[in-house]
Amino acid sequence: MARLLILFAHPALEKSRVHRRLIREAQAIEGVTVNDLYEEYPDFQINVQREQALLLDHDLIVLQHPMFWYSTPAILKQWQDLVLEHGWAYGSRGNALRGKLVLSLITTGGGEAAYQHGGFNRYTIAELLAPIAQTVRLCKMEYLPPYVIFGTHRMDEDAIAMAAARYRRLLLALRDDRIDLAGVNGSPVLNPAVAMLLEG
Amino acid sequence: MSGENWLFQAFVYLAAAVVAVPLAKRFGLGSVLGYLLAGVAIGPFGLGFVGQEGEDLIHVAEFGVVMMLFVVGLELEPALLWRLRGPIFALGGLQVMVTAFLAAAAALALGLLWQEALAVGLILSLSSTAIVLQTLNEKGLLRGEGGQSSFAVLLFQDIAVIPMLAVFPLLATHGADHDAASHAATTWTAGMPPWAQTLAVLGAVAAVVLAGRFLIRPALSAIARTRLRELFTAAALLLVIGIALLMTQVGLSPALGTFLAGVVLANSEYRHELESDIEPFKGLLLGLFFIAVGASIDFALIVAQPLLIAGLVLAIVALKFGVLFVLARLFRLSFDQSMLFAFALPQVGEFAFVLFSFASQEGVLGATITGPLVAAVALSMALTPLLLLVNERLVQPRFGTPRQTEREPDAIDEHHPVIIAGFGGFGSTVGRLLKANGVPTTVLEYDSDRVDLLRRLGLKVFYGDASRYDLLASAGAGEARLLVLALDTPERTLELVHTARRHFPHLQILARAFDWGDALELRAAGVDHVYRESLDTAARAGADAMRLLGSRAYRAVRAAQTFVHHDEAALDELYQHRHDFSVYLSEARRRIENLERIMLADREDRSLEHDAGWDAESLREEVRSIGMSRAPTAPGGGVSGQDT
Repeated sequence: MARLLILFAHPALEKSRVHRRLIREAQAIEGVTVNDLYEEYPDFQINVQREQALLLDHDLIVLQHPMFWYSTPAILKQWQDLVLEHGWAYGSRGNALRGKLVLSLITTGGGEAAYQHGGFNRYTIAELLAPIAQTVRLCKMEYLPPYVIFGTHRMDEDAIAMAAARYRRLLLALRDDRIDLAGVNGSPVLNPAVAMLLEG
Repeated sequence: MSGENWLFQAFVYLAAAVVAVPLAKRFGLGSVLGYLLAGVAIGPFGLGFVGQEGEDLIHVAEFGVVMMLFVVGLELEPALLWRLRGPIFALGGLQVMVTAFLAAAAALALGLLWQEALAVGLILSLSSTAIVLQTLNEKGLLRGEGGQSSFAVLLFQDIAVIPMLAVFPLLATHGADHDAASHAATTWTAGMPPWAQTLAVLGAVAAVVLAGRFLIRPALSAIARTRLRELFTAAALLLVIGIALLMTQVGLSPALGTFLAGVVLANSEYRHELESDIEPFKGLLLGLFFIAVGASIDFALIVAQPLLIAGLVLAIVALKFGVLFVLARLFRLSFDQSMLFAFALPQVGEFAFVLFSFASQEGVLGATITGPLVAAVALSMALTPLLLLVNERLVQPRFGTPRQTEREPDAIDEHHPVIIAGFGGFGSTVGRLLKANGVPTTVLEYDSDRVDLLRRLGLKVFYGDASRYDLLASAGAGEARLLVLALDTPERTLELVHTARRHFPHLQILARAFDWGDALELRAAGVDHVYRESLDTAARAGADAMRLLGSRAYRAVRAAQTFVHHDEAALDELYQHRHDFSVYLSEARRRIENLERIMLADREDRSLEHDAGWDAESLREEVRSIGMSRAPTAPGGGVSGQDT
């Protein structure tokens, strides 16, 4: 059983429709640790020791957040800047995180078609997440294809409930090692693999 | 009652109450029944400690009813009273008229003269304000629809007593016993023509309203400024007694007068303080009243004519119950609220004792009629708590609608989720921040000048010593979620913490502390959220000092915030080990010791150092040691780009 750590960043969860549902699901799953960064550090005072200890305690790190300006909310950047220390996370003697898995779990307001070359946003999700992917690689961890919940602006209550159910089953599958991670390597997003898993 | 006899009497009454009431409550019978049973126990037919003076005592103790209506008035804002005008006049009026008519018809059928029957009917239509309000309040039923309707009817009955007193002399069938009726002539208005009497009544009511608005509040404010608690209590008692006297003099019910004064003062900042000052007197006098009613039940008469008395009680209660239930349904109360309403009011009230003696003085009713009726009235009062128990245990579970909806929001008083005790610099900042974000707060403040000022600014501020349990209770501590303590001294803060933890364990307490010695004591007293007033501002001053010495602003701010977090953790640590080293040390020695431990903790905390994640020094070293060929790879992911 893999130990999951969700690094969750949403600055206004009270206004969120989708993440509020998702994170409630996650909090109910045994073996999943939810680290709600904005709730834990409202003043951006990241406790580096606590965060590093959390990372060491888990096998799979999920970066869960809405897409803000083609990137993460601000606190997740602050978290990277402070927690991933040279000599600990990277560098010739920085091997603390070696071998761990990292998954970006992202919501976007726009639909999947908007994140294509020639689409409204001109770049794919994978391209936009290149800084994260490279950060993960530099810290000697493995970056999985991101799982993206597209088109949240147009979701009604039923669609949100369905997304939350899929999310829950995804977390359970990750926890119980039921996803063929070698097989998904190289695909742009995790979504097709998850769809297959849930149908099968 | 002479000297030592008086003390003995007091001893007997208090002892009976102290023994009987907790017992009654233990068995779920409520305090009213406890008092009544205590009265029976010490009365002439129980242990015989109390003789005929029981009935005199009823008249004294009736002042408890006067005080109760003052307190009820204090809790009733004029707007709510206005909204209740329908139930008061329509429901109350119909209840009195229909009950009086049916009871009179029954009495007529039993062979009474029509005048006698009418008097009996009118008297029997009244219910007991004291028993009903006390019992419903104790059960928390007063704020439901059935409770509000009961209150409305009782209020109308209090008004209805006045015309009844006026009409009774006209119903006299035999010579009036005017020697005993001398009290009627002592009022100022007795000799006046009717129009002047009416004017006097209206004038008295206007005087109470105007004085409440323009005279009593400034007077209370001046008294509060002396900061003598007992003087304020004296003023509160003086107010109630004065109004009662005035009302008696113009021939109005004193209870009605104090009720009116209560309503006028309901919006004032002294409302909670007045309430908590009057409350104990009210409670004691009411208790005395119930004991007296219990003691005055004439068991000799009951034993002599058991069937007659039992039949009377049964007939009265059944008749009133029927009228009440039908009226409640007509006024569209739900089934279970109608049941509560009908089960609450079917007894005959304490005014019956007054009216029966008045009626016999005026020659309306003879002793053969009043004797059995007085016994029946007392029994019907004693029966009320039992009837409500029957409703609660047997009727509601079987026939009541199951309670799935939440209790309706409080109509009598909006209870705010936050109570702030102390509204100086600290408390007012908390209050303003919450208010700016739409969180309503109830403020308790002991400085009456500050209360005046804040009220002029339109804030809801109440005057009073927040460490008193009763004031906290009337400020809504039972329903509130948070209590913010911003009092001026650590002693009073601790006192209030103990009171709140004992009586309102659900309240989360946020307490202002002055220094860490103080903070440790608050933590030890069970407060989880402690705020040292100097910590954050001192840290900000420290950060500014760093800036003035050339530090970048963000580094200074982050250093200060890190320090605050560290300091709170150090305090926590100190608190965990407080027993290890504090036992043998004096207070002053302990403070120095504490300071030493905190400073030592500073040295050991790695987080107080400059943030390593933003420090590229080790990274630069590594790059230099590897050589220029690898240089572009390593810093690409780090943060060194911002540096050099």
